[in-house]
Amino acid sequence: MGQITLNKVSKSFGNTVVIPGADLEIKDGEFIVFVGPSGCGKSTLLRMIAGLEDTTSGEIVIDSKDVSQVGPAERGLAMVFQSYALYPHMTVRKNIAFPMRMAKLSQQEQDKRIEAAAHSLNLTDYLDRKPGQLSGGQRQRVAIGRAIVREPKAFLFDEPLSNLDAALRVGMRMEISELHKKLNTTMVYVTHDQVEAMTMADKIVVLQAGVIEQVGSPLDLYHTPCNKFVAGFIGSPKMNLLEGPEAKKNKAHTIGVRPEHIEVSPKASKDAWKGTVGVTEHLGSDTFIHIHGVEGCDPMTVRAAGDVMVNHGDTVYLTPDAQQIHKFDDDGLRIP
Amino acid sequence: MARGVTNNRKIINTAAAWGIGLLIFFPILWTILTSFKTEAVAIADPPVFLFFDWTLENYSVVQERSNYGRFLWNSIFIAGGSTLLGILIAVPAAWSMAFVPSKRTKDILLWMLSTKMLPAVGVLYPIYLLFIKFGLLDSILGLTIVLMLINLPIIVWMLYTYFREIPGEILEAARMDGASLKSEILYVLTPMAVPGIASTLLLNFILAWNEAFWTLNLTAAKAAPLTAFIASYSSPEGLFYAKLSAASTMAILPILILGWFSQKQLVRGLTFGAVK
Repeated sequence: MGQITLNKVSKSFGNTVVIPGADLEIKDGEFIVFVGPSGCGKSTLLRMIAGLEDTTSGEIVIDSKDVSQVGPAERGLAMVFQSYALYPHMTVRKNIAFPMRMAKLSQQEQDKRIEAAAHSLNLTDYLDRKPGQLSGGQRQRVAIGRAIVREPKAFLFDEPLSNLDAALRVGMRMEISELHKKLNTTMVYVTHDQVEAMTMADKIVVLQAGVIEQVGSPLDLYHTPCNKFVAGFIGSPKMNLLEGPEAKKNKAHTIGVRPEHIEVSPKASKDAWKGTVGVTEHLGSDTFIHIHGVEGCDPMTVRAAGDVMVNHGDTVYLTPDAQQIHKFDDDGLRIP
Repeated sequence: MARGVTNNRKIINTAAAWGIGLLIFFPILWTILTSFKTEAVAIADPPVFLFFDWTLENYSVVQERSNYGRFLWNSIFIAGGSTLLGILIAVPAAWSMAFVPSKRTKDILLWMLSTKMLPAVGVLYPIYLLFIKFGLLDSILGLTIVLMLINLPIIVWMLYTYFREIPGEILEAARMDGASLKSEILYVLTPMAVPGIASTLLLNFILAWNEAFWTLNLTAAKAAPLTAFIASYSSPEGLFYAKLSAASTMAILPILILGWFSQKQLVRGLTFGAVK
């Protein structure tokens, strides 16, 4: 079991309030991702669940037991850190064995679990090496191995892929997702990378300045962001947000249109927005065109087909998909 | 051209380093040389540097007159005991200062260091009285405790500097892995800080070995270490420079050899934290 509930959990450092009061329900077996810009309190929230930070008020309940005052060791959770945090003086085998040694498991059981973890993480050949002799990806796998053998109620990941290069990051992302499918254990994952959040999560928690802005599945957040912040944060490239006459036409303070929901054409048409092509980024599969001169949103980004040919300075006409326009009121909240 | 300048600089630097090194080492060299002279040659004017009849007589006299072994044993016990005791107290203290600092940690560290700025003689009287009261005068135990306390600020400071270099996340990982505070310090922190702890041990052993104020004032016969052994050859009985030098040489030799073999570790210990 690995059900985690946060009830009005708050955190202050002196007079600085980092998390004013968070409520959250994490179901058993769920892969939940905390995402938000740096300094939004996502890591602090994770460390509070881990027990590495005290809560100022509120309660953290794991499997119907209030653990707010319980030390990290007794919470039955395992954590994977950004810096891997391996024990440099121990071999891979001893690193993986450490939590079991602390739990006083029999040597036979330890060996069995080490073999199984090493096998599933492709670490069998490296068991007698020290962390210093491993690559970044291997080190991260050792850290995951050390977490697996504890058979925890839940795994906590604190930006585990940030120190890896881009190619390795994609590979490890898949490995962690597969691990989740295999173990079916609750995972709480912190990242600032919304692509990681979208691709891995069952449920995403978007945070800003310590406040949970929205909780939902990746597609929920993509299709129905509850406010301007979530709308702008989820999706890559970012949603175009327009204010002014175009928004007023839609009876809103701000309207949002995702780059993929805008059609670009060299021919003028009724109600189309006129603009000038700025920088174009050709990715092969897609082309991102940055367009200047559209009133209320400069530059506006459009995602077009990979083979579209426009030149810097061309005049183009943009037509948004009327079904895909998001409307927000004066407070930035979604208008249904 | 530039290379020439650098080379010249290198030569000057090397020569200056050797010059300063020899200057510092000269008194020790002179002591060692004097220990091989007769008493008459030792006080000869002008002084004789190398060309005299070398003799081992002083060593045999010193060996006959005093029990070098007992003094040596006392020194080893007091220096070793006070250092080990200090480490046992300083590791948890430095751990808490490095990893769970409070608002006052910096103040406490400075205050601890400030006790080292006090002239030792300033607290001689109260400590002497305490020693009488607890029956610790001329005891190895008493001296071990005093020397441990005298060097404790340095041990805590050195370990604190080492511990600060260890990433806190590793200790947090240990906590998540179910390690108790004791296991965290014993299995994770200490093995990672072994080089630092070793240099701290070494430096404090040397400091305690060379300590003369307390060892001379709080001991008489039973617990007297090598510092007292040297002092016993100074003035009251007249001028015995050669014998005094022989005693001094015998007293400093063990620590000189230890220092020579561990100089790498020692230098690392002294510069750690300062140079990164």
